[in-house]
Amino acid sequence: MSLLNISNLRKKFGGLTAVDNVDLTITEGGIVGLIGPNGAGKTTIFNLISGYLHPDAGEIFFRDENIVGLKSNQICKKGIGRTFQIVKPFSGLTVLKNVMIGAFNRTDQLDLSEERSLQVLEFLGLLEKKDYPIGSLTIAERKRLELARSLATQPHLLLLDEVAAGLNPKETEDLIAILRRINKEGITLFMIEHVMKTIASLANKIVVINYGVKISEGRPSEVLKDPNVVKAYLGEAYQIAEDK
Amino acid sequence: MKHHGVNHPNLLRNYVLIFLIGLFLVLPFFLNPYFLHIMIMTFLFAYLSRSWDLIGGYAGQFFLGPVAMFGIGGYTSTLLYVHFNLYPWIGMVIGGILGMAIGISLCYLSFRFGLTGIYFGLATLTFPEILRIVVLSLEIFGGVNGVLIPLRKSSLLHFQFDGKIPYYYISFFMMLLSIYIMYRIEKSKSGYYYIAIREDEEAAESLGIDTFKYKLIATGIGCFLLSIGGTFHAQYLMFVSPDSSFGIAVTLEIIIRSIVGGVGTLLGPVIGSFILTPLSDISRGILGGYRGVHLMLFGVIIILIILFLPQGVGKWFEKLYDNLRTLFEEKISFLVKKDEFIKYK
Repeated sequence: MSLLNISNLRKKFGGLTAVDNVDLTITEGGIVGLIGPNGAGKTTIFNLISGYLHPDAGEIFFRDENIVGLKSNQICKKGIGRTFQIVKPFSGLTVLKNVMIGAFNRTDQLDLSEERSLQVLEFLGLLEKKDYPIGSLTIAERKRLELARSLATQPHLLLLDEVAAGLNPKETEDLIAILRRINKEGITLFMIEHVMKTIASLANKIVVINYGVKISEGRPSEVLKDPNVVKAYLGEAYQIAEDK
Repeated sequence: MKHHGVNHPNLLRNYVLIFLIGLFLVLPFFLNPYFLHIMIMTFLFAYLSRSWDLIGGYAGQFFLGPVAMFGIGGYTSTLLYVHFNLYPWIGMVIGGILGMAIGISLCYLSFRFGLTGIYFGLATLTFPEILRIVVLSLEIFGGVNGVLIPLRKSSLLHFQFDGKIPYYYISFFMMLLSIYIMYRIEKSKSGYYYIAIREDEEAAESLGIDTFKYKLIATGIGCFLLSIGGTFHAQYLMFVSPDSSFGIAVTLEIIIRSIVGGVGTLLGPVIGSFILTPLSDISRGILGGYRGVHLMLFGVIIILIILFLPQGVGKWFEKLYDNLRTLFEEKISFLVKKDEFIKYK
């Protein structure tokens, strides 16, 4: 069953077409990667899905309901969570309270929100940091907090914008394990990622865009061999070297 | 996490609370009218500042026009009393609703058209100026002379009293009410949401918070309370005028108390008022012969506080209280049975 169905999505910024007639389908329960060179329009697609931007044309169906035109808080309520490329913690609050704000998405009660948040923190291995101020967290912990917060909103689909960026190999490995577990809980992941190893080992489908246009789509092993992708993503020189 | 050895985390707090409330309840009988006046103004400004701080501190909106609601409250109840003999208590509620409606409309338009930060600040700063000029130029609002509230009868119903003591109690309970309302909000989902909006509106939206709605709710509650404060002020002075009701100085007086005490904290604005209100009144009394000197002193104190206690005096009090609590718990641990004490350890 398709969870998210995007058709003919287009967004222009002045004369620049950031997203051009993109079609995309995400089936329930999968992990889908979105890759492309810098400025290809990946984050714009995320912003269109999560309601930060409104498309100029096209439709976005989430669970068979058109969500174009809804505000981001309504989209979150529908069950699409997101993280930001540059983490946005509420720095005046402790780790637990940050996550509680996410958990309030599904409850009005303080104790229920706290209970749910503690579960999420335990799930992500942040429990012992629950009373820490944000300033004392490492980058990896902040990224995990970002994840915890949107996870606490209880999404069906989670949009992850470069959650592995800036992490060292050990931290990346931990994160991959966490993402797998989140996926096992039944949450569909749609992730922008630059670290090819991460995406290739996680995703069961990869979508590649370049200059706002979808140029390839399929299983990681196939997509990464697609000449169009190699040319766009790794550069022509790489392709020539390969040919030789 | 802080660990406290004894299972009475709120015992000291309750003692302090009961002591302070008791003290303020008997205090007026020992004060002369001058100090009574200072206390009333302290309570009133604690109340106004606490109400403003919901919008400006907790929800973090740069709302620089609290005096608009203060003036609307004062003028509404006064004009209704003078022209229609409506009891000020009813006028107070009507003024509150009117102030709330106007505040919400103002913020609705600002947020709707994307005025944020300093631009929202400018829009709300100039709004009361418009009201001041309207009131100043229209005879039905009393013009430049303002409106005197006629002395009819010293009674609770008419909100008029011979002495200052009834005003003292009313303002004291208003202050307690504003603290209680904020306390309840702070301990609820909305309290968390306001802080989230203050810290990062985009992130708040992504977590399912209807920031637009919550900002309007904060504004509505804050403006309602501010308007009611305006009615009290009018009834206390028996007088409203464009300057005393809509003057920009009142805005500064309200906001500066929050800043000094600690913006976005439960008791910050109250502590700010307890420091600044007596200070400004007493220094004016002592240094009255030298015009403007008390304002200089005021300015110096604000600069010192911002330099050395940038989070507000409230934070400093909090630390003091924490130390006191630790001390208290050490003392009380001798009173608790030895085995019980070991159990808690």
